[in-house]
Amino acid sequence: MDPAPLLDISGLCVSFRTDRGLVRAVQDVSLQVRAGETLAIVGESGSGKSVTALSILRLLGEAGRVDAGRIVFDGEDLLALEDRAIRAIRGDRVAMIFQEPMSSLNPVLTIGMQVAEPIRLHRNAPWKDAYARAGELLERVRIPDAAGRLGDYPHQLSGGMRQRVMIAMALACRPRLIIADEPTTALDVTVQAQILELLKELTRQANSALILITHDLGVVARYADRVAVMYAGSIVETAPARALYASPAHPYTRGLMASIPSIDGAIGARLPTIDGQPPDLARLPPGCAFALRCPHVFETCRATPPALMEAGTAGHLRACHLDADAAGATAQERA
Amino acid sequence: MPADTAPQQPDGDALLQVEGLKVHFPVTAGVVLQKRIGSVKAVDDVSFSLRRGETFGLVGESGCGKSTTALAVLRMLEPTAGRIVFEGRDITHLNAVKMRPLRRRIQMVYQDPFSSLNPRMRVRDVIGEPLVVHGLAKDKAAYRARVRELMDLVGLLPHMGEHYPHEFSGGQRQRIGIARALALSPSLVVCDEPVSALDVSIQAQVVNLLMDLQERLGLTYLFIAHDLSVVRHISDRIGVMYLGRVVEIAAGDTLFKAPKHPYTQALLAAVPLPDPELDAARPHDLIAGEVPSARTPPPGCRFHPRCPQAMPRCKVETPPLVERDGSEVACHLYGG
Repeated sequence: MDPAPLLDISGLCVSFRTDRGLVRAVQDVSLQVRAGETLAIVGESGSGKSVTALSILRLLGEAGRVDAGRIVFDGEDLLALEDRAIRAIRGDRVAMIFQEPMSSLNPVLTIGMQVAEPIRLHRNAPWKDAYARAGELLERVRIPDAAGRLGDYPHQLSGGMRQRVMIAMALACRPRLIIADEPTTALDVTVQAQILELLKELTRQANSALILITHDLGVVARYADRVAVMYAGSIVETAPARALYASPAHPYTRGLMASIPSIDGAIGARLPTIDGQPPDLARLPPGCAFALRCPHVFETCRATPPALMEAGTAGHLRACHLDADAAGATAQERA
Repeated sequence: MPADTAPQQPDGDALLQVEGLKVHFPVTAGVVLQKRIGSVKAVDDVSFSLRRGETFGLVGESGCGKSTTALAVLRMLEPTAGRIVFEGRDITHLNAVKMRPLRRRIQMVYQDPFSSLNPRMRVRDVIGEPLVVHGLAKDKAAYRARVRELMDLVGLLPHMGEHYPHEFSGGQRQRIGIARALALSPSLVVCDEPVSALDVSIQAQVVNLLMDLQERLGLTYLFIAHDLSVVRHISDRIGVMYLGRVVEIAAGDTLFKAPKHPYTQALLAAVPLPDPELDAARPHDLIAGEVPSARTPPPGCRFHPRCPQAMPRCKVETPPLVERDGSEVACHLYGG
């Protein structure tokens, strides 16, 4: 095994104060990301994927609270840092890209100023140098006529161009880790492909790590090295991307993959579905959170939450009580 | 859903025919005396037809005109030119009074089940309201019976009728929206991105429901979506739109196996498949650039500035939609 991971999250628990009491949004999540690696976190709404990402840079806001766990980045525990120290890391060694570039960019500042800002802030560079560097960055993210567009405001750009600006800002200080939360969900598919290719290429060049948060299993298949599947606040399965798609081991992952119409499947056939809907996080069942919808559920599942354990090959873990062989057999019967 | 669909030719069985449809929006300048300074050609010369009982998918990226086309078919937008023939009748310029009985026959399922349902109405009244508006409920008992029947049809339990929309999940709200659309027994249902706001595990449930209902009730769907794999799964034929024009119409499988138009090819290459092995085996040729503004569309073929195979004539001559091997395609590469 190679040296220590760049990011090591262990036993992370996060809860939010809501009208209906304390809601556990993330439950005992452990993740590692190495330099140069792309980790995808997939899950549906409410699965805890974005909350996990926001916890890394301590961006949970007033209502959210980390109850337990450690987030070690490059040898430092981010949760133990002073506010000033975490601010020095944000946008410098760890950068974040959000889904809606229009709402994350400042509408009254030119894009040149916004891309230059982190360089000025973290590198103490004079405005003139930072501005010149912003021009180079916009060129690197392939904004046509980059130098001429430094003075543009966000509303003058298309959605795809705005997301390129966000990537330029994220790359400004050569971060070791980039966290991209649904970076292309608001974009058209031909533009999505351009943006993701660009992000992947630029992180590879810099040997940075990328955490890609998405609900799109196609995006995961094309761009991720490793995948963590989340359901109701917990990781239910994690594996290298190819292994996950070749032999999904958790009933939820299997159900999810089966329910997507494939591009060469039988037209008009009924799709396999996962019955029911995700549980209410304020009233999670005592055992496995997926038990209510699982086709293989049995006694133990309802009583004890399953732990993540090896599922056959190295680096492939799943949280399920079901005997691995039996699960495979029943899945085949169903298919 | 008919299993084998030899595409093309508007026949006597056509439920809906759209011919040369144009929807242009004026662009004005000035505050008091608004001067027309141009127009956005949201839909520009679109033709297609829907046979009874089939699902016609309409795909394309934002701004391609797919939703505007749907709104024109529903007569919620006034067409600038062209003809819309529904159930054998030209409805292009029917006035509101004459359109009213026909509105029962064309209904719509909306994308966002969170904003398309009245939050202050109980679910049973959300579903039953169209019956009241169109005076179709003879008495209270008949009304209740019909609402119960509709709820059963979409898989909602009887007691759910007493609740309010906010108490339901996205998938169930979409069921409510579908029940409401079916209240007037339409023949054509326009589905505008009906599953794109739903989580993956819920999408399949709604797609299955739409297919079941089509089989049971003989519905015809105009299915608009940007998710190509969902559209392929549910559609008999698919039309691909780009910047206000239809660039290709083909049977679902043909479109995916042998896309003809360079834009269709680019669109398919851009969609990553949920399987790393399969995905790696496919072409990934990305097209550069973004969709230009519909106010100043490029001359000739509107795709030519982004087309990897553009020829000199593409810049001046607009390619017509012509038949090739059972599909229709608008591209100079295919003669015409």
